[in-house]
Amino acid sequence: MTALLEARDVSVHFSTAAGVVRAVEGVSLAVQPGEVLALVGESGSGKSTLGFTMAGLQTPTRGQVLHEGGVLDRALWRQIRREVQIVFQDPFGALDPRMLVGDIIAEPLRLQRLGNATERAARVAQLLDQVGLPGEAASRFAHEFSGGQRQRIAIARALAPKPRLIVADEPLSALDVSVQSQILNLLKDIQTAEQLALLFISHDLAVVNHLADRVAVLYLGRLVELAPRAALFAAPAHPYTRALLDAVPRIGRKRARGQGAIAGEMPSPLAPPSGCVFHPRCPKAQAICAITPPPSVQLRPGQMVLCHFPLEEGAA
Amino acid sequence: MSAASGIWVLRWQRLRGHRAGMASLVLLALLLLFVLADFPLEAITGIDPNEADLFARFDPPSWAHPLGMDEAGRDVLLRLMVGGQVSLLVGLLATLLGGVIGIAVGVAAGFWGGRLDALLMRFTDGMIALPLLPLLIVLGAVDLTKIGFSSEFAHSGAAGFWRIVVIIALVDWTAIARLVRASTMQIRERDYIRAARAAGAGSWDIIATHILPNIATPIIVAFTLTVGRVILFESVLSFLGFGVVPPTPSWGNMLNNAQELVTTAPLLAVYPGALIFLVVMAVNFLGDGLQHAFDPRSEQQE
Amino acid sequence: MNRFILRRLLQSALVLLVMSFVIYGLIGLMPGDPLDVMVASVPGVTPEQIARLRAIYGLDQPLMLRYFHWLMAALQGDLGYSRSHSVPVLAVLAPALWTTCKLMLISFVIAVALSFVLGITAAIKPGGWLDGVISLAAFAGISVPVFWLALMMILVFAVELHWLPASGGSTVGDGSFVDQFRHLVMPVTTLALATTGGFTRFVRASMIETLRADHIRTARAKGNPPWRIVLVHALRNAMIPVLTVMALSFGSLFSGALLTETMFAQPGMGKLIYDAILSNDFNLALSGLLFATLITLLANLAADLAYAWLDPRIKL
Repeated sequence: MTALLEARDVSVHFSTAAGVVRAVEGVSLAVQPGEVLALVGESGSGKSTLGFTMAGLQTPTRGQVLHEGGVLDRALWRQIRREVQIVFQDPFGALDPRMLVGDIIAEPLRLQRLGNATERAARVAQLLDQVGLPGEAASRFAHEFSGGQRQRIAIARALAPKPRLIVADEPLSALDVSVQSQILNLLKDIQTAEQLALLFISHDLAVVNHLADRVAVLYLGRLVELAPRAALFAAPAHPYTRALLDAVPRIGRKRARGQGAIAGEMPSPLAPPSGCVFHPRCPKAQAICAITPPPSVQLRPGQMVLCHFPLEEGAA
Repeated sequence: MSAASGIWVLRWQRLRGHRAGMASLVLLALLLLFVLADFPLEAITGIDPNEADLFARFDPPSWAHPLGMDEAGRDVLLRLMVGGQVSLLVGLLATLLGGVIGIAVGVAAGFWGGRLDALLMRFTDGMIALPLLPLLIVLGAVDLTKIGFSSEFAHSGAAGFWRIVVIIALVDWTAIARLVRASTMQIRERDYIRAARAAGAGSWDIIATHILPNIATPIIVAFTLTVGRVILFESVLSFLGFGVVPPTPSWGNMLNNAQELVTTAPLLAVYPGALIFLVVMAVNFLGDGLQHAFDPRSEQQE
Repeated sequence: MNRFILRRLLQSALVLLVMSFVIYGLIGLMPGDPLDVMVASVPGVTPEQIARLRAIYGLDQPLMLRYFHWLMAALQGDLGYSRSHSVPVLAVLAPALWTTCKLMLISFVIAVALSFVLGITAAIKPGGWLDGVISLAAFAGISVPVFWLALMMILVFAVELHWLPASGGSTVGDGSFVDQFRHLVMPVTTLALATTGGFTRFVRASMIETLRADHIRTARAKGNPPWRIVLVHALRNAMIPVLTVMALSFGSLFSGALLTETMFAQPGMGKLIYDAILSNDFNLALSGLLFATLITLLANLAADLAYAWLDPRIKL
């Protein structure tokens, strides 16, 4: 099955006054139709940049983004725009304050000339219903709604052109905790109902556990581990993944002390460490880790890790 | 549509609370009536403000001519009205034209950034650095026949009128350009612009649908303040002889001979200048009031 | 620091060069022709003779070539001959420049001093009656047509009261300091008044903004007496944008000076340029305008440098 959207050895570098920021470095990743792929990492890991690149909002400095095998350049993006949509993190900045909600949701339809005015209005009503908002919301302004409701509007807008993949960039992070589960469930229901592929970017592993089919872990712009959800949560192969999991509070399980706890903060992408970028913080680091970048090891079909010494299953 | 009108009602209420702004609005309305009163008055009394009657020079006020006659024997009151029409019209048109130029430059620089921005900003900064009045005078002194216009057109009143509109616009667009550029750059980074791109919007779509409506508020304020500045420019130019040329009156050129008049008929030097002063004050206060009404800090519900 | 200065100098030089070309072109569009004056005094001159004269003076060459010749000469210090004064341009410009500088500097200093006093006074109690009066006066200052203000002053002080002379730089036969001073009073007052309005508004706004800042509230809370707060803590921060604006307003100060000189018949640059344009004295007008541009550019450069020097956040 050809991947719906694929990143092939994608690197994204920004030149700034302070130097070159290597936000994403050599990532290869594919999203299959209908699957939920979670992109996990801390701030500074490059997950949002990767998400934007795969959504076509950022040109990769190296590498390619492919759609069903075809290389996505500007021309092709214009044609397949309706297939890939995006939901942003900040519900307050994502909606134009001067536009009516109905117009906001219909904008993708208008831009891609899908349907006439009546058909668009009907679709807007249908979408509002699907995301759980009243029909009369279409004639109001975005600032009249709460954060959670605005996120629903953003989701409705993303759904409008009937996309096959939605890139969701930390859609829950800016919401109140009580609202997060509502939106999460909404996304889940929609994904199942519409058979959507979802590239779900998050730093919250508990949420990822609820939603994802596969999980990709990013550290300092590198893809350090990629595995099916169950396998990743049960037996993480990368020390970083293990540390992330250990940090997630789970009821009924004492937090493991000592093992897996990592010191320090993620270094700046302006000056990545040599060899394996994780080595300064890695409890399992050895001499070679500081010198040679680690190879990409295929542990099992569908499970990959970027490490010299991947953790054994069940190892401490 | 309740919410859409809601925000304008809110702004109107805030403007009403700003006393100077409201007073200015009233004053401007009255001045507008004043200058337009020329039409019915001319029709009723049959007096032509451009007709010179040298026997009536400097006649004192009378019932027929409430403000007396000027140095060429023309009715002062009517000339003040017609002059007001000209001055105000120039003010509005030059503001609009300069505004269009400024918006175009500002949006281009702010939206596309990079080298275009650097180039446009160098150009804008260069223009800001220039002493405007001398430049305006040189532009005003240009002989239209030398750039291809017929001699007949070059000396017509219409040419004089449009010339001054164009040169003021050519010189005064920089303030708006800077403002628009700053606002555009702010908006460019918002997520809803990215969302529009993801939805398939091209650059022009984004500019028309998202950027322009969102920078409308600061533009309105800037336009209002520009009108005052432009009216002052026109009056100076006309006063120096490079703007609106007699016999067409404008408040500026009515003061042209005023230096000589100061000794013989001082009041003639007072009226036009006082009117300019009033209009510009009112426009500036109105701009202040609008700024207050549009204050984004009280508008943000986020 | 040096790179910054060098870059700005180059920019200014470029602007000056471009302006010289533009003004050269514009002046060429002024009515009349350098030949007119010569030809007018010789009756019976034939078209062939005019054409030959034109060729001799290089007036039939294309614009770029003529401009180039002028530029080469100008760079060597030869600015041409002033038709209306019958002396080389520089001989006329230099003394006029001095007169204008006198007028501008004195007015500028008075305007700055006044505006600081008024602006700070108004800012200490915003909304109070003193603030109301000052703000109103400042507003009037920016709204009043300068030439009308000059007229009114002439009307009151020269015509009605006979206190001050209406025009000229000095009375014939008496060049004493007192006499020069009397002649300068009205022009300086007019220019200063016109400039103070805008400055005051800016000082006031800047002070209010600064006084609201957190570090001022801290100083107040620590019990500092009000005058100390204003002078020591607030002034330095408020000064930065204010000084920039003041220096940047050099262009309009010059315009104001031009007007004031014309109104009061002061033999300065402004009047010189104005007369030159009226009498079609191309060389003088061109050189005068370029000098005006040069001075304004230098003032802006000084403002940029001062701003960069004062604001510790800007690395030089």
